[in-house]
Amino acid sequence: METHQAGSCGSTAEADEKLMKVQSAISQFRMVKGALIPVLHEIQDIYGYLPEPVLEVVSAELGLTMSEIYGVASFYHFFSLTPKGEHVVHLCMGTACYIKGAQGILDRLSTELHVPVQGTTEDNKFTLEATRCLGACGLAPVMTIGEKVHGRLVPGNIPKILKEYK
Amino acid sequence: MKLLTDLEAIKTLTQARLDNRKVTGALPEAITFRSVMVCGGTGCTSSDSSQIIDKLNQEIAARGIQVQVEVVRTGCFGLCELGPVVIVYPEGIFYSRVEVQDIPKLVEAHLLQGKPYEKKIYEKTRQDNGHILNFEETEFYKKQVRIALHNCGVIDPENIDEYIGSDGYQALGKVLKTMSRQEVIETVKQSGLRGRGGGGFNTGLKWEFAAKQDKAQKYVICNADEGDPGAFMDRSILEGNPHSVIEAMAIAGYAIGADQGFIYVRAEYPIAVQRFMKALEQAREYGLLGSDILGTGFSFSIEVRLGAGAFVCGEETALIHSIEGHRGMPTPKPPFPAVEGLWGQPTIINNVETLANVAQIIMHGAAWYAGFGTEKSKGTKVFALGGKVVNTGLVEVPMGITLREVIFEIGGGIPGGKKFKAVQTGGPSGGCLTEEHLDCTIDFDTLTSLGSMMGSGGMIVMDEDTCMVDVARFYLDFTRDESCGKCTLCRIGTKRLLELLDKITEGKGTMEDLEKLESLSNQIRNASLCALGQTAPNPVLSTLKYFREEYLAHVVDHKCPAGVCKSLIAYQIDEELCRGCSLCAKKCPVDAITGELKEPFVIDTAVCIKCGVCFDVCKFKAVAIV
Repeated sequence: METHQAGSCGSTAEADEKLMKVQSAISQFRMVKGALIPVLHEIQDIYGYLPEPVLEVVSAELGLTMSEIYGVASFYHFFSLTPKGEHVVHLCMGTACYIKGAQGILDRLSTELHVPVQGTTEDNKFTLEATRCLGACGLAPVMTIGEKVHGRLVPGNIPKILKEYK
Repeated sequence: MKLLTDLEAIKTLTQARLDNRKVTGALPEAITFRSVMVCGGTGCTSSDSSQIIDKLNQEIAARGIQVQVEVVRTGCFGLCELGPVVIVYPEGIFYSRVEVQDIPKLVEAHLLQGKPYEKKIYEKTRQDNGHILNFEETEFYKKQVRIALHNCGVIDPENIDEYIGSDGYQALGKVLKTMSRQEVIETVKQSGLRGRGGGGFNTGLKWEFAAKQDKAQKYVICNADEGDPGAFMDRSILEGNPHSVIEAMAIAGYAIGADQGFIYVRAEYPIAVQRFMKALEQAREYGLLGSDILGTGFSFSIEVRLGAGAFVCGEETALIHSIEGHRGMPTPKPPFPAVEGLWGQPTIINNVETLANVAQIIMHGAAWYAGFGTEKSKGTKVFALGGKVVNTGLVEVPMGITLREVIFEIGGGIPGGKKFKAVQTGGPSGGCLTEEHLDCTIDFDTLTSLGSMMGSGGMIVMDEDTCMVDVARFYLDFTRDESCGKCTLCRIGTKRLLELLDKITEGKGTMEDLEKLESLSNQIRNASLCALGQTAPNPVLSTLKYFREEYLAHVVDHKCPAGVCKSLIAYQIDEELCRGCSLCAKKCPVDAITGELKEPFVIDTAVCIKCGVCFDVCKFKAVAIV
């Protein structure tokens, strides 16, 4: 459903606008050597993930096979081939956070949201992700929900924080 | 286009402003101008430093003292634990954990009446006699030597004039106007600077290899991907002093004969990316990048490429493939990138921290830099000190300092009266060291000889509540996930290692498994193409070597002495201590706790998922891990 809306055959004004942004990104990078990764970054910026029909556009425009594009997109953690929920919860699993109990926070998030790590809730509200390092070790354990940072967490904080976004 | 004389003029103009940001020791009544520095690093920005800046400006405007006070958003001060951090000059008063609601009172007390705002003064700066130390005199700062972190916390990173005001782009001018390419390379070689990204290769030597290649097109790459979980010095340098990296890339370009640079920076570092882009724009505007730089005929430009989250891209050849638009998979060396790199052309790859030293070396000379550190490890190293240590943050210390000095003096020791257990250096490629190593010096060779390594400079302190088997498992989970998959032993071997560690942490391990861990580790180390695989077993081998008794406790006694491994622990309520408040039962997500109010509660271990909520919420310490 979502994939169709986001894709090249989308009919809404919003979908057209997004596709225009993709076209402009492609023309911006067309002459750049190694354009694929910068283009994928732009697409993920526009849609929040990499929709298949849009990757087909990239394939045609940059003259790359879909297998090459998938090969690259699936290799890097930052790229996602599936849509994300409205709020993406990034729990830092860097060493400093882990030592200070990030696993317990992750388990609690998973229990409260009823999703496994990398999962999205049924109502598409939340996606739970474990990230490598947010580089804010002074706030360990730390997580971000959207742009907002929540630091110095204990598992007991989680229900209250999630409630802010429900 | 700017000329050297223009830089001099900007420097003179800006210097007066920068001079105000020094501790003068002047009495409050003699002060006519104050600088309020607010940390704008990621840690502090995350805890509302932007709102603090807005509020400061509002309050200052409301009192009509804009002329007497400047508010500056700087890069990271280092003491992230205490963020958001605010420092007021010329007194050098250090305020910690400042909140937006503190600002009106802080402005009133300090900026209007000249009396420090007592409530938020960093406690370690208070002396018994009532005197307040300036921050540079505290334990955290006094042993530090800030060369790579020079300017972080001192200038506004988004203002090129401030960088020029503190001698910025002077090194580039000096190089282009007065030094030959070989002289630049010699200087860097003589300084003894070694790659700070982990490899520790002599930087000048790397430049020399590339310079000797007779090719028209060469490239300079700055590796700002920083994949090590628990290290954030590169991020802080890009956020706090981005021009130092640009200047060094241009110097490197001149030295090797390249006119094109790339910076490969983590997409997960939005503030660093944005500040670096802004710095690039300003440098281009001033003609410090582009063609005919400073009227010398030298041309150099820099392109930004965003990384996409692959630890293996820290490896040079993998990073090159990623810039070329492919999967970041390593290829065998030789050919080395300095001979055949990006698109087949000679390429040097330097890490952010390495580059941040270059302009300083050119300005102050090779001998000055080599005056810090040890015989084979010159200069300073930035460490991201984290984990179970009082002062978490970024510290830059001369090589040769001991682990004890860093952890116990600068870091302030272990919080909560707990006992030091281990320190992990070098991230997933490094190893764990113990109490007996605390007096060992920190340099490339000593750490390697102990079975750990410098790596990019993560330094994670662990206390008695950390399970070393679990830590090894944590790192293996990381490297297994990050292996690019090219080498069989790295791809499958790390998975098998992880399975063995899982088995042990679940209490199902055997003595034979311990032997398997060792032999498999050695095979992975020997049969992997790049450093990811070659070093992946380090956390396992070092913990096996120094914490064998902990492995034995898991295998033989089926116990996790630190109380971490879930399968080997259970939660229990102490009848004597329980007051029957029911808080644990209310918070338990699976209703495993039952009881009558004011009577001791009981945990049903068959239902319990060992989430530890009961342990966290109990106000009477009645919940115990057994």
